[in-house]
Amino acid sequence: MSDNIKNIDAETEDTELPLDKNVRLMSPTRMVLRRFFRSKLSIVGLIMVIGLFIFSFVGPLVYTQWGEIELDESGTTEYSVSETTYTVDGQTYTLRQTTEQAIKDNQLAPPSAEHILGTDNEGYDVFVRLMYGGRISLIVSFIAVFLITFFGVIMGGIAGYFGGVIDNIIMRLCDVLICLPGIPILLIISTILDSSEIDAKYRIYLLMIYLTFISWPGTARLVRGQILSLREQEYMVAAEAMGYSTFRKIFKHLVPNVMPQLIVSMSLSLGSMILYEATLSYLNLGVKAPYAAWGTMINIISTNQDVLQNHLLVWVPAGVCIVIAVLGFNFIGDGLRDALDPKARR
Amino acid sequence: MFKYIIKRLLMSVFILLGVSMIIYFLIRLMPVDFVQSKIDAINQGGATVSEETVNAMYEIYGLGDNSFIGILKGYFGWLWALVRLDLGTSFVYGIPVARVIFEHMGISFAVALIATIFEFLIAIPLGITAATHQYSFRDYLVTVLVMIGISLPSFFFGNMLKDVLALKFGWFPASGLVDATVSNAGIMLLVDYLKHMFIPILTIVILSIGARMRMTRTNMLEVMNSDYIRTARAKGLKESVVINKHAFRNTLIPLVTSLAGLLPSLFSGAIITEQVFDLPGIGNIALDAMNRGDIPFIMGYNMFLALLSVIGVLLADLMYGIVDPRVKLD
Repeated sequence: MSDNIKNIDAETEDTELPLDKNVRLMSPTRMVLRRFFRSKLSIVGLIMVIGLFIFSFVGPLVYTQWGEIELDESGTTEYSVSETTYTVDGQTYTLRQTTEQAIKDNQLAPPSAEHILGTDNEGYDVFVRLMYGGRISLIVSFIAVFLITFFGVIMGGIAGYFGGVIDNIIMRLCDVLICLPGIPILLIISTILDSSEIDAKYRIYLLMIYLTFISWPGTARLVRGQILSLREQEYMVAAEAMGYSTFRKIFKHLVPNVMPQLIVSMSLSLGSMILYEATLSYLNLGVKAPYAAWGTMINIISTNQDVLQNHLLVWVPAGVCIVIAVLGFNFIGDGLRDALDPKARR
Repeated sequence: MFKYIIKRLLMSVFILLGVSMIIYFLIRLMPVDFVQSKIDAINQGGATVSEETVNAMYEIYGLGDNSFIGILKGYFGWLWALVRLDLGTSFVYGIPVARVIFEHMGISFAVALIATIFEFLIAIPLGITAATHQYSFRDYLVTVLVMIGISLPSFFFGNMLKDVLALKFGWFPASGLVDATVSNAGIMLLVDYLKHMFIPILTIVILSIGARMRMTRTNMLEVMNSDYIRTARAKGLKESVVINKHAFRNTLIPLVTSLAGLLPSLFSGAIITEQVFDLPGIGNIALDAMNRGDIPFIMGYNMFLALLSVIGVLLADLMYGIVDPRVKLD
């Protein structure tokens, strides 16, 4: 029997070599990575996300021509001439009046060397605001997903490990939170924030904390479900026999086994958090003017029909950025799911 | 089964209690002078919020008393009104909140129902082809296309469609529900409605196909790997019979279950889509009311949404037990 194993692919070579020298060993991580990179879609997703990160975090450092809230004040002066004709004593006189009107800001400028994507209806540079908008979206969604996972793992771990009354309490709390309407409640909270005069810059973070508050039950359910089956396994009996503390049993022996599912759900929820943030900003609840966010940049068209029809470069790039970000994270999440699935053999 | 339903109903009541508590205390977080300023703004906008309405609201929600006992009293007072289906009077519309919701949810339901029908009709065949041709070019193409659909923000895609189909080509009206310039009746009115609903429905369908298609694909793949499919093939059945008669029937289980869970949410209104196309559905109405600080409406609408999602979960679970005889509910 042992001979058979030894000679799998070394029938003719030195049969005295021990097994691990003979067979190429691969750690599970490397196997997952290899399967991940074999899929073209996950590589595309990775490139999209890394590209956006470079664009929004390195971009503003390199391209310093304009700032996020820096108006282009090189406006034009408009002259309008009005003519009035008088007839006095049979003679006709024409009075020409020239009015000079200075438009201070260079609004809705077409793309040029100075403004790669032109300026928006206020006179801000669209290209630069795309970069700063990306910063907000990415930072906010990463924070939210981190918090969701953190609370989800703790609550789900506790519920799954202890079971009984504790499990019941936590799961019923989850039921309640899952039934809370998302955007309508965010509207209420936004109104509360309005009345408490919080700096426009920090609103979005507070809203994302609320999103965390209603989103952790999903992760908690996932973790709990896995732990319920894992805790019956033999190695948990062994951990019990070793006299490990409960904390150690939950977070060192059970939770790491949920990691594959957690990683997948994290990368997918990164995409949905970006969508949430963009929607909030679009509804003028999240990042408010003059600060830039992708959603806020699209918000312009809900009041300005002219921009919607005639100045596509003001709002379409922001939408494209959102799609790239969400799609990138979805591709990565999908690739990870396939790579981490032990049943998928391809 | 009967015992299970009773248990679930009791649990639903409990969940709704929890939701109502959270919503009530969120509203209590609003400063009272802020509420007053919102009412003033509504009054300036032409509508008149009568003193009585405001007083009635203060009484129902117990907003005057900020002590602990006062808050509790306010909550239970509101809860009692809620049980009697008295949601108060909307500031903006001046009629009972329940009536505002009831009058506008029809439009939302029509849009959502038509969209859901098309979603299922398109997504299921796509999911089946993707699964039966796994890892082929067709599978990748369908997957990438629906993934793009999932990733589109509704406000962005809706505005794009509106810009192209309505404003550039003028094939469909851009907003609203009826053409105000002509007075239609009967069948023409219905045609006018459908014309106005076309782009919103298209938006919703394209955005939601993805999830449904992927769900079908996953289930189909799982079923295709099971033993009885191998048996069917070994018997020498045609591939089309194997797929359409043997495999597809079992993928219907999760589809029917999710449809049952979806039904109540069709009434809830698509806030963003309705806002983009200015449809007078419940979502758009709610957004407007909330921006103007219509507190009775906000509370009523939120409870309405919570009720819908509780019913949805309940229906989905019950349906699961009905369509899949292997599942024992207890």
